[in-house]
Amino acid sequence: MAKTWEEINARIASGEAVVMTAEEFGVLAADEGLKAAAKKVDVVTTGTFGPMCSSGVVLNFGHSDPPIRMGEITINDVEAYGGLAAVDTYLGVTQPSRTKGIEYGGAHVIEDLIRGKAVRLRAQSAGTDCYPRTEIDTWVTLDDLNQAYFFNPRNAYQNYAVAVNTSDRVIHTYLGTLLPHLGNATYCSAGALSPLLNDPTYRTIGVGSRIFVAGAAGYVAWEGTQHNPNQTRDENGVPVAPAGTLAVIADLKAASSEFYSAATFTGYGASAFVGIGVPIPVLDEEIAATLALTDADITATVIDYGVARRSRPALGRVTYAQLRSGEIEIEGKKVQTGPISSIAKARRIAAELKTWITEHKFELVQPLQLLPQPGSQGVKPLDIHTEEAN
Amino acid sequence: MPRKRFDLTFPPNQATKPITYHLVKDYDLTPNILRAQIQPGQEGRMLLEITGPKESFDAGVAFLEQEGITVQPAATDIKLDEDACVLCGLCTAVCRPGALTMSAETGALLFDKDKCVYCEACVVACPRRAITLSF
Repeated sequence: MAKTWEEINARIASGEAVVMTAEEFGVLAADEGLKAAAKKVDVVTTGTFGPMCSSGVVLNFGHSDPPIRMGEITINDVEAYGGLAAVDTYLGVTQPSRTKGIEYGGAHVIEDLIRGKAVRLRAQSAGTDCYPRTEIDTWVTLDDLNQAYFFNPRNAYQNYAVAVNTSDRVIHTYLGTLLPHLGNATYCSAGALSPLLNDPTYRTIGVGSRIFVAGAAGYVAWEGTQHNPNQTRDENGVPVAPAGTLAVIADLKAASSEFYSAATFTGYGASAFVGIGVPIPVLDEEIAATLALTDADITATVIDYGVARRSRPALGRVTYAQLRSGEIEIEGKKVQTGPISSIAKARRIAAELKTWITEHKFELVQPLQLLPQPGSQGVKPLDIHTEEAN
Repeated sequence: MPRKRFDLTFPPNQATKPITYHLVKDYDLTPNILRAQIQPGQEGRMLLEITGPKESFDAGVAFLEQEGITVQPAATDIKLDEDACVLCGLCTAVCRPGALTMSAETGALLFDKDKCVYCEACVVACPRRAITLSF
């Protein structure tokens, strides 16, 4: 028995909707069966809180008198993009500070803004007839800005690699410090709570979907960069390695420092933990089946980061339940594991989104356009040419 | 009998001296190397636990300093800034002694002080810079 988006939104509006987190739904489906669970529950909430390097904010500062066309821009010594209109900029989370390096990056500026702190804005320009000012040095807070919104080109990766290192030296990666000779393994996914792992073929998550972004209500803006629906999938249709991604948009002024945290990965760079949550309507038993999957059903591929090439060797697959136990076995060797994506925060996000929906603060929006579907596109490599291709 | 942990820093030219031998033979102390990074010609560091009678204890430490080794009391605890911590768990991935672990059920960070050797791997790994050593 299928439900429609309209029926589900009507039940949310009347306060009758049954909403559960993906973990709760997995337990219910195991106890009462998939059919009963699909009938009983209207919406399942998901959540993830991991480092998402392809994130940043669009800011508009307003005009000074006399005005300036900001060319070279820094905020707290972190460079922001100067190639937009006069007082617009884009600040990316991985941009390191000119004075503090990766210990304070664009991500940290954004966290300071969310926390209400004043940041130092400096800009230079050649000066023009309409924008005569050549220099500005001032302090601004988030409240002072006209617009401030996240535009994150790639968030909520659908699954990720388990990183190990078979080389004989310690390596520092975006998946943390990897100890030599399979000394440890790190992984980065909310597993059964992860948004795109719950809707593996992007039936309900698409352009225009209303979602939770860093504590604010935001939207899926587009497919994320490197969106790869053609990734290898298991018998449930769930990718076993990084696959789909989302580009998201949300108001920075409505964001919360509880759900957005700057990060520095030693020997690698600055990044930001971004909290993303997506509500998924339980339209039918087909989607209920993937919503009911648990950490024991979802696998990730172990990749050797000791090989610094685009194609790194795969060393098998493990389940998220095994990863969460703290130890996995690779090539007969017991290897200790550690997560990078916070499961505690992922649960908080799924629970928060559930509260928003049950208190009718948040209705579901049906996608205006589906994301590229399995079979439609993969990821292209960048080849190095010595001359212009014809 | 006093037992204390020290953080020893060896200048490059002293890195190959058999100091534990002298602590045992000349001062009747029980040195226990918890962690060491010693290479000829390079500055070395050692986390050394020393047990012994009070008099020879002080003499043993004086001997180390006389040999040009910098002797500092070792960290006795790690401090977690819970407001900064996001419970990502990355510290547990680099903790070889297994002092920091994640609860598989609750996702909480657990710390077993007895297993910690104060190697600072978690301090360096923490993306929130939420862990510091305390003395």
